[in-house]
Amino acid sequence: MEFAFYFAAGVAVVSTLRVITHTNPVHALLYLIVSLLAVSMCFFSLGAPFAGVLEIIVYAGAIMVLFVFVVMMLNLGPVVAEQERQWLKPGIWAAPTVLSALLLVQLLYVLFGTSNGAVVGQQTVDAKAVGVALFGPYLLAVELASMLLLAALVAAYHLGRHEAKE
Amino acid sequence: MSWITPELIEIVVAVLKAIVILLVVVVCGALLSFVERRLLGLWQDRYGPNRVGPFGMFQLGADMLKMFFKEDWTPPFADKLIFTLAPIVAMSALLLAFAVVPVTPTWGVADLNIGLLFFFAMAGLAVYAVLFAGWASNNKFALLGSLRASAQTISYEVFMALALMGVVAQAGSFNMRDIVEYQAQHLWFIIPQFFGFCTFFIAGVAVTHRHPFDQPEAEQELADGYHIEYAGMKWGMFFVGEYIGIVLVSALLVTLFFGGWHGPFDILPQLSFIWFALKTAFFIMLFILLRAAIPRPRYDQVMAFSWKFCLPLTLLNLLATGALVLAAQ
Repeated sequence: MEFAFYFAAGVAVVSTLRVITHTNPVHALLYLIVSLLAVSMCFFSLGAPFAGVLEIIVYAGAIMVLFVFVVMMLNLGPVVAEQERQWLKPGIWAAPTVLSALLLVQLLYVLFGTSNGAVVGQQTVDAKAVGVALFGPYLLAVELASMLLLAALVAAYHLGRHEAKE
Repeated sequence: MSWITPELIEIVVAVLKAIVILLVVVVCGALLSFVERRLLGLWQDRYGPNRVGPFGMFQLGADMLKMFFKEDWTPPFADKLIFTLAPIVAMSALLLAFAVVPVTPTWGVADLNIGLLFFFAMAGLAVYAVLFAGWASNNKFALLGSLRASAQTISYEVFMALALMGVVAQAGSFNMRDIVEYQAQHLWFIIPQFFGFCTFFIAGVAVTHRHPFDQPEAEQELADGYHIEYAGMKWGMFFVGEYIGIVLVSALLVTLFFGGWHGPFDILPQLSFIWFALKTAFFIMLFILLRAAIPRPRYDQVMAFSWKFCLPLTLLNLLATGALVLAAQ
C-alpha cells in the first residue's frame, strides 16, 4: 500500500505541475483531472475509500466537467497558447517559487519534526464513520455549509429565472 | 513446487474470473449491435440484416471486418491526443463500472464496500468521453452535440444518485452483495422502491445516450453529434461503449431492484447465473423496445423533465424512505 501511495502522490505532483506550465487550456484541464484522480488514489491507499470516491464524483465528475464545459465554449485557439507562453516567462516564476519553497520547508519541518504520523492504511474510514463524524461533532459546520449552499442556490435561481411578465 | 501457494492460486482464479467477465461483457456488447437491428426490424415490420449467414447471424463478423480494415482517419484539424483519448474513455469507464456488479454468489470482479459509489464515479468520468470527442473534433456539429450531451448527462446524474439512495437507506449498505442479500431476505426493491426504479431507469437510459434521450447524436439536426469525425476502430469503440452501457445499466437494475441472482420466490437457487442472465436480457430488450417505440422529445423538454419532474420525485421518495426507515427502528 505504501508503494501505491507514493506512486499516486508522484503522479499527482507531476500532473499538477503540468497544469500550471501547460499553454493549452484544455490539455491543462486534462492534467488537472489526472491530478484529482491521483489524489483520490492517495485517499484509497490511506484507507479512506469513501473520501476517495467522493473526490472522483464531486471534483472530477461534476466540477471539472463544468470547467471543461466553459473552456470549450470560449473558442480558444493558438493565439491563446501563444499568450500563455508569453505569460510564463522565467521572471514571473521568482516570487511564487520563493513563497512555495517557504511552505515546503515548513511542511518538511512539521513532517520530520513530529514522528507520530499515522501508518499508511492503518484503519478504514468508511461511509458510516464519515456520517457519524459529520452529524456528531461537526453538526454545526454541516448546517452552516448547507445554509451557504442554499443561499447559492437561491442566487443562481434569481440570476437564471425568466423575467416576470411586464 | 513451493511457489504454488493457496494464496497464489486464489489470486490467479480471481484474475481469470475477472477476465472471463470482461470478455463476456464485451462480446455481449458487440452481439447487441446485431440483436438490436434484428429486433428493431421485427418490431417495425421490416427485415433488418438477414443476408449474411442463416438469419443474418454472421452480420457481426462482416461489420467487424469492415471496421477493422477501414482507414482509421484522424482529421488534420483535430487535437490528436484528446481525439484518441475520447473513445478509450467511452469504452473503459463503463466497463470498469461493471467490476462492482455481483453476477452470482461466487462470481464477481470486486466486492467493494463502496460498490454503488464506484459506479457513480465511473459514470461521472464517462461524461468526458463525449465532451472531449466533441471538442477535439474541432467541428461545430460535434461541439454542439457534446455540449448537449454533457448538460444532459450532468442533469440526469444528479437524480440518478438520489434515486438509488432509497435503496441504500433501506439496505443500509453501499455494497452490492449486501443489497442483493437484503432483497432475498425481505422483498425485492421493485415494490418498496418503485419510484426509485422508475427514475433510475430513466436516468440510466439518459446516461447511456440511448433513444429517446439520444439528443447528443440526433441525426436530423446534428448529423451524428459528437462522433461525426470518427471512423474505423475509434468509432467502433464509441459504438461498443454504448452497448456496454446498456448491459451495465440492465445488470444494475437487476442487482438493485430485482434481487440479482435470486429467482422469484427463491425457486431453483442453483440456477443463479441463469436467473441473472435472463433478467438482464429482459431489460436489454426493454432498452431496444424503447428505441423502436418512442419518438425523440425536444431538447428543452428533456432538460425540463429532468429538473422539474424527476429530481423532486426522487427527493420525495428519499424523504419518505428515510421516514419509514426511522419509524421501523
